[in-house]
Amino acid sequence: MISQLLQGLFKHIDSFLMGCLLFTVLVGLFVLYSASGQNFERVSAQLVNIAIALSIMWLVANVQPQLLERIAVPVYLLGVLLLLAVEIFGHISHGAQRWLDLGFTKIQPSEIMRIAVPMMLAWFFSRHEASPRIIDFVIAAVLLLIPVALIMKQPDLGTALLISASGFFVIFLAGLSWRFIVGGGILIGALTPVFWSMLHDYQRRRIEILIDPTQDPLGAGYHTIQATIALGSGGMTGKGWLNGSQSQLDFLPERTTDFIFAVFGEEFGMAGNLMLLVLFSLIIGRGLMIAAQAKSTFTRLLAGSITLTFFTYAFVNIGMVSGILPVVGVPLPLISYGGTSMVSLLLGFGILMSIQTHKKLVASG
Amino acid sequence: MLMKSSRELKNYQNEQHNFKLRLGVLGLLVLIAFGLLAIRFYYLQIQRYDYYQTLAENNRISIVPIAPNRGLISDRNGVVFAHNFFVYTLEITPSKVENLAATISDISKLVEVSPTDLKRFNKQKNESHNFESILLRTHLNEVEAARFAVNRYRFPGVELKSRLFRHYPLGKQGSHIVGYIGRINDKDLKNLEETNLLSNYKGSDHIGKSGIEQSYETVLHGTTGFQQVEIDADGRALRILSSQAPIPGNNLILSIDGKLQEIAETAFGERRGALVAIKPSTGEVLAFASMPTFDPNLFVDGIDFESWNALNNSLDKPLINRPLRGVYPPGSTFKPFVALAGLENAKRQPPFSISDAGYFTLPNSRHRYRDWKPGGHGNVDMRRAITVSCDTFFYGLAMELGIERLTSFVRHFGFGQKSGIDIAHEIGGLLPTPEWKMRRFKQPWYMGETVITGIGQGYTLVTPMQLAQATAILANKGVTMRPRLVSAITDAKTGATSLTKAVVTDKISLDEKNLEIVKLGMIDVTLPGGTAVSVGANAGYSIAAKTGTAQVIGIKQNEKYIEKNIHERHRDHALFIAYAPADDPKIALAVIVENGGHGGSAAGPIARKVMDYYLLGKLPMAEPPAEAQNAATPSGNTVTAPVEPTENVPEEEPYD
Repeated sequence: MISQLLQGLFKHIDSFLMGCLLFTVLVGLFVLYSASGQNFERVSAQLVNIAIALSIMWLVANVQPQLLERIAVPVYLLGVLLLLAVEIFGHISHGAQRWLDLGFTKIQPSEIMRIAVPMMLAWFFSRHEASPRIIDFVIAAVLLLIPVALIMKQPDLGTALLISASGFFVIFLAGLSWRFIVGGGILIGALTPVFWSMLHDYQRRRIEILIDPTQDPLGAGYHTIQATIALGSGGMTGKGWLNGSQSQLDFLPERTTDFIFAVFGEEFGMAGNLMLLVLFSLIIGRGLMIAAQAKSTFTRLLAGSITLTFFTYAFVNIGMVSGILPVVGVPLPLISYGGTSMVSLLLGFGILMSIQTHKKLVASG
Repeated sequence: MLMKSSRELKNYQNEQHNFKLRLGVLGLLVLIAFGLLAIRFYYLQIQRYDYYQTLAENNRISIVPIAPNRGLISDRNGVVFAHNFFVYTLEITPSKVENLAATISDISKLVEVSPTDLKRFNKQKNESHNFESILLRTHLNEVEAARFAVNRYRFPGVELKSRLFRHYPLGKQGSHIVGYIGRINDKDLKNLEETNLLSNYKGSDHIGKSGIEQSYETVLHGTTGFQQVEIDADGRALRILSSQAPIPGNNLILSIDGKLQEIAETAFGERRGALVAIKPSTGEVLAFASMPTFDPNLFVDGIDFESWNALNNSLDKPLINRPLRGVYPPGSTFKPFVALAGLENAKRQPPFSISDAGYFTLPNSRHRYRDWKPGGHGNVDMRRAITVSCDTFFYGLAMELGIERLTSFVRHFGFGQKSGIDIAHEIGGLLPTPEWKMRRFKQPWYMGETVITGIGQGYTLVTPMQLAQATAILANKGVTMRPRLVSAITDAKTGATSLTKAVVTDKISLDEKNLEIVKLGMIDVTLPGGTAVSVGANAGYSIAAKTGTAQVIGIKQNEKYIEKNIHERHRDHALFIAYAPADDPKIALAVIVENGGHGGSAAGPIARKVMDYYLLGKLPMAEPPAEAQNAATPSGNTVTAPVEPTENVPEEEPYD
C-alpha cells in the first residue's frame, strides 16, 4: 500500500537524473558550508531553496508536456511584458535594473525567460515541422532577440548570454542549415575587425578587460587572479574540506556565489574537479538521451535546449573561474548559493522528467 | 494518399535522423568543452602547482597600485603653476592593527598628531575599507621621519611612506585658473564608477576639484601602474612578482602669461573685481584675474575648518570665480555693440546726427530717459556718441532697432551664452528677449525696456569673460574664436608637445566702414574729450576702449549719486573694455572693479598696466601717480539692477 503510494508519488521522477541531481546538490551544500566560513545559517537557507526547487520540479514533472506546449505562448508574452515593466518601473539594485516590485514580493522577470524562451521557440518550430523555411528561422531569431535585448539593457550580461544560448540551441536543433551556421561564423569573423575599429578607445579597453581580466588587476582582474591562485594551489587532491587557505581567508570575492568553484577546486583539487565534470556529464548525457527519445518536435527541442543550457551554465562558470573565459555573472549550477537559479534549473529538469515519463501516453494518445 | 503518408513518414524519419545527428554534434561539443576545462585544470593544478602553492603558502599576494605622477601646469613662458614634490607620510592599515586607539596614542608620543590630523584620519577611515592604508600624518620632517623609522618595529600595520604631493608654488596667483585638487570623495567615486575610470584611481587619493585641475583631469592624471607583490604577515612587501609602471599624466602649458597675470592681480590691490585678457586672433586667454583670490594649497590636504570658514564667509567671496560666474550689467560697455548693430542695419549712418538736450522720450509718453550728463552733449553723431557715451543717442537707436533685431545681432558677440572656455562652471549671463520675459515673469515686453537695453541697462547681464570675449570678437572683426586657457599639452612619455587648436565658433560678416566708425569712436575714448583720457595718455600705441558704470543700488528719480555719501559696498561697479593696438589688435580685455566707481578712473588704469606690459614689456611703476583724479569726465550712466556675484559653494566639505 505504502509502496504503491510511493510508486505513484515518484511515477514521473526519472530516478537516474534524480540521483545525479541530488548528489550534486549535496556536494554543493558541503562546499557552501566551507565557502561561507562554516556558516550554518547560509546552509539552512540554501536547504530551504533546494526544498522549494525540488517541490516545483516534482510538480512540473507531473504535468503533461502538452500543457507546457499550450502555455508556451502566453508565458512568453507575459515574460516580455514583465521585462518591459522592469524597464519602466523596475527596481535598481547594484546598478542594474532587474527586479519588479509587486508590493508583496519582488520578481526577476529575466528568470521566467530562461524557460519561456526555449518553450516559445520549441512551440514555434513545432508549428512548422518537417522542413522549416528560412523565414521561420528569421522569425525565431526575432522572438529570441526581443527578450535578450531587454535583458542586456538592464544590464544583465550573464542571463542574456544564457538565454541567447538556450534559444540558439532550439534553432540549431530545429535544423538551421549548416550553410547558415558556417556562413554566419565567417561573417562575424569578418565583421569583428570593422566593428572593433569603430569603437572608442575606452570601449575597446572595456572589452579587452572583459576578455583578459588580468590586464586590470585592480578592478575586474582581481577576482580572476585570486581564483586562479586558489585553484592552482589545490593541486592534485586538494587541501581538504574546510582547509582551503585562499578560501578561508578573505582573499576570494563572491566565494559562495559566482566564484564557489574556486573554493571547490582548492579544497578538492583536480580529482574533485574531474569528478564534478563527470557528474555534470552524466546529467547532460541523460538529458540528451531524453531529448533523443522524445516523441514530438516540441518536447525534443525543449529537452535538447534545457540540457544544453545547463551545460552552458556549467562551462561558462567554470571557464570564468579558471580564467579561460571572461567574467560574466553566471553561477555554478546546482552548487552556487541562491534560490532563483536553483528553482529555474530544477524546474527545467522537471520538464525533462515530464517529457521522459509521459512519453507512452503521448505515443498512445 | 498512401504515397503522401509514406512521404510524411520519410520526412519524419529524416527529421528524426537529422535531430539525432545534431544532438550528437552538440554532445561532442560538450565533451570538447569539458576536455578543455580538464586541460586547464591540469595546467593550473599540476603543471603550475608549485608556483601557485608558493603564492598561496605565503598566502598574501597583494596588488599594489602605483599612482602616476600628475602632470605639471605651467604658463606660456615655463613659469610653473602646479607641480608635485615628495613628502613623508605616516599611514595606518586598520585591519592590521590590533588596538587602533592605543597605537595612535603611542605614535603621538613620537611625532605630533594634531586634532585636525585625527579628524581627517577618522573621516577617511569611515569612508574606506579596513584593509586600505589611511593617512594619519603628512609632511613629516626629517627628524620625525627618522624617529618613527627607528621605532617602526613597535608598530605593525603602520607605515612610513613617501608620497607625491601637489603644490602650487605661486600660491594665490592665478588660483582661479589652475584651481586645485582635493581628496576623492563619495561623489567623485560615483562619477569615476560611472565613467568606468575607478580602477585607474586605485592608487590615487586626489582628483581635480576646480579650474584646470578639474577640467583637464583625464589629461593630467595619467595611468595607474601596479605591482603584484608578496607580502609578509605584517603587510610588508617581500618580493615583487610582476609590475607595470605607471604612465605619468601629461603636462599642460597655459596660454596665460604669468607675469601679465601678476601685474593684473597686483594692479587690483585690495579691490575686488575681475580682468580677462584675450589674444583676439587665436582666442588664447592671456590673463584671467579674479580678485580677491585664495591659496589653493589649502585644499590639497583637505582644508581645515577655520580656513574654510574664513574663505567661505568672507564678504569678499574669494572662492567665486568672478570672470566666469560673476554677473554684472554691462552698462555703457554695451554701446559699441549696439552701435554696430545700428550701422549694420543701416541706421545712424554718417552724416546722421542728433541734437542732444539731455533726455529722451518715447512717443506719447512724458517719461524722461535721462542722459548721464545733465543738459546733454549737444550735436552728436555715431562716432561722438561712443566717445562721449551719449545715452540719448543710444536710447533712440535701440528703440528704432527694436529688441529682436538688437539682441539677435549682439548674440554674435557672445552675449547671453557661454563662451565655451576650457574650464567648467561658466555661466551664460543674460540677453533678454520678449520670449524670455514672458517665460520668466509672465509679462509682456515694454518699449521702455528696449530703450534702456540700448545703454546696457535693464535685464542684460554679462560675465567678465563674456565682456572680454565680445571685445575680442570686435577686435577680430566679427570672427569668434573659442577662448582657451591651455595652449599646448606635452606628452609626459614622449615629450612631444601638441598645440590645442584654435577653433572658430561663429563668424558674422561686417562692413569694414561700420567697423571703422566704431573703432574711431572707441579710440577717441582714450583721447582728450573721451571718457578715459588718462588711460590713453602717453601710451605709445593706440587704444580702442569703452568705459562703463554699473549701479549697485537704485537712485531715485530726483536724487543725486554722491560717491562719498554711499557705503563702499554700495558704490557703482567700474567697467572697462579695450583692445590694442587699435589697428592691429594683439590684446583685448575687459576689467571690472566692484564698487570701484567710474570705469575710466578705476578700471582703466588696470587695463593700461596690462596692455603696457603685454605690448611694450613695460613694468608698472611701484606707486601709480595720482592721475586718477585728473580724469574729470565721469564715464557713464546708471544702471537699475543691483547685482552681486552669484553664490558658488565648492563641493569640498571641510572636516568638522
